Amino acid sequence: MPLLNRRRSAAKRAREGREHRRRAPRRPRPRAQSGQPPIISVEDGTVVYPGGHVGLDRITLEIGRGEFAFVVGPTGCGKSTLIKMLIREIEPAAGRVQIAGKDINELDHNRTPYLRRRIGTVFQDFKLLPNRTVYDNVAYALQVIGEPRSQIRRKTPEILRLVGLQAKIHNYPDELSGGEQQRVAIARAFVNHPPLLLADEPTGNLDPITSIGIMQLLYRINRTGTTVLVVTHDRDMVDKMRRRVIALEEGRLVRDEDASGYHDESTREFAARMRAEMGVGDEGGTNGDH
Amino acid sequence: MGRIAFFLSEAIRALRRSAAPSVAAIVTIVVTTLLLGVLVPVLRASESKATEVREQIGLQVFLYRDATKAEIEALDKELAAIPHVAAVEYCSPACAKRELADELRGDLEGSIQELNSNPLPPTFKLELDDADNLEAVRAALTPPNSAGKPTPISAAIDPPIGQDRENATKIREVTGAVKIVLLVIAALLLIASLLLVANTIRLSIYARRREVEVMRLVGATNWFIRWPFMIEGVIVGVAGAGIAVGILLLGKVTIVDPLADDFALIDNLSTMGFAPLVAMLVAAAVLVSALGSGITLRRFLRV
Repeated sequence: MPLLNRRRSAAKRAREGREHRRRAPRRPRPRAQSGQPPIISVEDGTVVYPGGHVGLDRITLEIGRGEFAFVVGPTGCGKSTLIKMLIREIEPAAGRVQIAGKDINELDHNRTPYLRRRIGTVFQDFKLLPNRTVYDNVAYALQVIGEPRSQIRRKTPEILRLVGLQAKIHNYPDELSGGEQQRVAIARAFVNHPPLLLADEPTGNLDPITSIGIMQLLYRINRTGTTVLVVTHDRDMVDKMRRRVIALEEGRLVRDEDASGYHDESTREFAARMRAEMGVGDEGGTNGDH
Repeated sequence: MGRIAFFLSEAIRALRRSAAPSVAAIVTIVVTTLLLGVLVPVLRASESKATEVREQIGLQVFLYRDATKAEIEALDKELAAIPHVAAVEYCSPACAKRELADELRGDLEGSIQELNSNPLPPTFKLELDDADNLEAVRAALTPPNSAGKPTPISAAIDPPIGQDRENATKIREVTGAVKIVLLVIAALLLIASLLLVANTIRLSIYARRREVEVMRLVGATNWFIRWPFMIEGVIVGVAGAGIAVGILLLGKVTIVDPLADDFALIDNLSTMGFAPLVAMLVAAAVLVSALGSGITLRRFLRV
């Protein structure tokens, strides 16, 4: 019987969702800034892959402007699907996805690139262009939006300094360590100063110390007012971050909790606390925080 | 302006970074352009030769030697009125003898002069508007009589008509076949070269599909991604066509031109000029490689 249940079409279940929603545990979330719509708003987002596998099952969540939130869950729970849905790499079979109050799946397809320019995205495998230097990789994001060359020359070294890679701007990605490559990816995602930054397993390939460095960098970006949504399977790390945590399991949202009290710490305090809680040393991993 | 410079530098960067596929693409274009460059003039020449032969096909209507002047004049008018007959020319026995002497100029010329009488009959030569209408004209000349037997329209005509020109039909058939064969060869060659070029381009783009994916994720519009690839295609096309034209020019100067000096035949072949040929080849090469890149990219640009 449960098997049969799972086989019912996701769209059908989405139609039945109204009743379900009443039963589902939901925590009302105050909008971060009154008057403005939340930066991310997903209502009953359902993704069905070709072949019938349900990637996301009626996910409903809202993320306010300026939040730093985590999405956790085991492999295959739909975390990456969520990211892909938010940047419209896949479209939901049912439900509504709004970014800054706009339903992204109602956009014309040739507007999708403009949506992606407003969202910085960081991937587990970095997705750097292998035949370009660090500088050119970051500059490409600016060239894409038609930034004048003088601006590119100014902004690119600036952001690379922020991520602590000023010494390696002329290196190619394969000459960098994993942590450094991820920093380049973050620099590229953030160089346009998008209002939203999505990170899909940004520390998935990195050791704990480097991971804290990356998290510290993301936190620094968050402190500039950018909303940061980090997807990770590393529950341990997330628990110590003391931020809002959204847990997914088999495509369903099973937990959405906020840990308050740590929202105003400085990036330095943040890194120190993280290192203490993770039980790793003080040396390394803090590039750029001079 | 800045954007064009950017696309250009992107294209050149891609060419430099992926030298091997670029060279493969250029070589492919060189080979196909060379093939086309040699075959197009050859096809054109043989086609025009075939047309020339076809144009020479006509009908000869032989008359009895005792045909009267009145009969001949009446027949002249009748012949001219037959549909598809473009021109009618009367050739008296004396004229026939002159022509024969012309044809046999040289060794046999003397033997003609030795004839003490003219055995040649008077002739009407009919020029047709198209060789395909040969049978129609022949039928008009010999409509069936009441018994259903073909009978010449005039008593002066010595049947059968155009018997010694029976090979005209064969020429017509052969030239028609040659035309079709040439067309098929040209079409096959064109298709083969298009597929070859498309495949080479596909490979070089496939090798860079991850790059295209990253560009899309960063928010590049499809045309922003596509332009450098198209410009790359244009550069490859120009380079390939340029090399091919260079080789063709070399071949023309060292092989064809000396031959043309020695043999009037080659010079006489009405083929296309070198300049229009080169223009056509370069345009085709550039178009194919640029469009090939642009179209192949579609697969990887789908959102």
